Amino acid sequence: MNEVTVIEFHVEARSGVSPYLQLVHQVRQALRLGLLSEGDRLPTVKDVAAKVAINPNTVLKAYRQLENEGLVSPKPGVGTFVTGTLGDTAVSEHEPLRQELRQWLARARGVGLDEESIEALFLTTFRSATEEER
Amino acid sequence: MTAILEARGLGKRYGRRQALSDCTVSVPTGRVVGLVGPNGAGKSTLLQLACGMLTPTSGTIEVLGERPGSSPALMARVGFVAQDTPTYAALTIADHLRLGARLNPSWDRQFAERRINDLGLEPAQRAGKLSGGQRAQLALTLAVAKRPNLLILDEPVAALDPLARRGFLQSLMEFVAEDGATVVLSSHLVTDLERVCDHLIVLVGSRVQAVGDIDDLLATHFRLTSARRSAESLPEGMEVIQADHTDRQSTFVVRSATAIHDPSWTLEPLNLEDLVLTYMTQAAAGSRTDTRPALETQR
Repeated sequence: MNEVTVIEFHVEARSGVSPYLQLVHQVRQALRLGLLSEGDRLPTVKDVAAKVAINPNTVLKAYRQLENEGLVSPKPGVGTFVTGTLGDTAVSEHEPLRQELRQWLARARGVGLDEESIEALFLTTFRSATEEER
Repeated sequence: MTAILEARGLGKRYGRRQALSDCTVSVPTGRVVGLVGPNGAGKSTLLQLACGMLTPTSGTIEVLGERPGSSPALMARVGFVAQDTPTYAALTIADHLRLGARLNPSWDRQFAERRINDLGLEPAQRAGKLSGGQRAQLALTLAVAKRPNLLILDEPVAALDPLARRGFLQSLMEFVAEDGATVVLSSHLVTDLERVCDHLIVLVGSRVQAVGDIDDLLATHFRLTSARRSAESLPEGMEVIQADHTDRQSTFVVRSATAIHDPSWTLEPLNLEDLVLTYMTQAAAGSRTDTRPALETQR
């Protein structure tokens, strides 16, 4: 089958992020940017494994996770197809959130936090909140 | 999880030199398993015992439920690529394929010829004239064309330049995707292992120091830095693998089922190379003398 390849994966060593999650992130990102849309076929597991030189189980695991998230669905013998979208609804919500975040940043600077302190505060809060939501 | 390779109390002595002692290890079926450890840890000895090129002086090893090398049927199901991917310099590529066909009942001639063609290799070329990368690809072709259930590779990419190494790993992964064979691969290049393997065994001084699925290992190991504190003051469920202290600061490598965040410390994921190095360093320091694996995670 000679179809157009819609996206190409890459895996960054030394990132501390497991390779399967890197693939998941890349698909999500491609969906957000509109590089992937409903009906597109993801490259086959064998193609990704051979091209990126990564374990086929890693690719399978990434595709399975994307399936659980409702973003893709496999058609046996044909391939894995994009069935979901990301981002459309969120874009309109971005602006008010951005405003609030800017106000918060101004307050943080106002009490004397420098850039790194702000970043550290944001990251630790973001992480612990994410943990609690799980 | 069924094991395709199971060693219990395995040992090998050459005269007075003990190359492997009391090694207990299990390789799950259907995985690509990375075997990592310092020189002299016994990796090559273990792999040669697994394919029946050596016989143990103590303990037992079973591959596909049988003693390695015990029957031609078993040998047909195990492929082996020795260190530095040796080939016969005076023989041509075509000679190698003929040899493979004669020696292996399960030889897949079409597959072997297609691979040589895909690699752009000339069958009339002598192996001695090939580049390191081409020779490695030829050795891999010979091992996979017998369509083994278990493929064992001893540092296959150590001598290759980055481009040849990537090419080799691409071929290997293509084969795994096609055949679903179990692979055991030893290497010092942890970043390569992270790409191609889904299971890792850290072997130091004949002992398994850490074993598990790579995703699980990455998800459960962290570097924690804080103002100086004792390891005991960390919450339960955080196992301290390594601790370093300055007058003011403490740095721990911890193992924990989930990331536990606290305003008094920063927690970062540990990359696989640092994770492996931590276990190797700790083992070398002799702080872990028990025979049980220091760490075991399973899916």
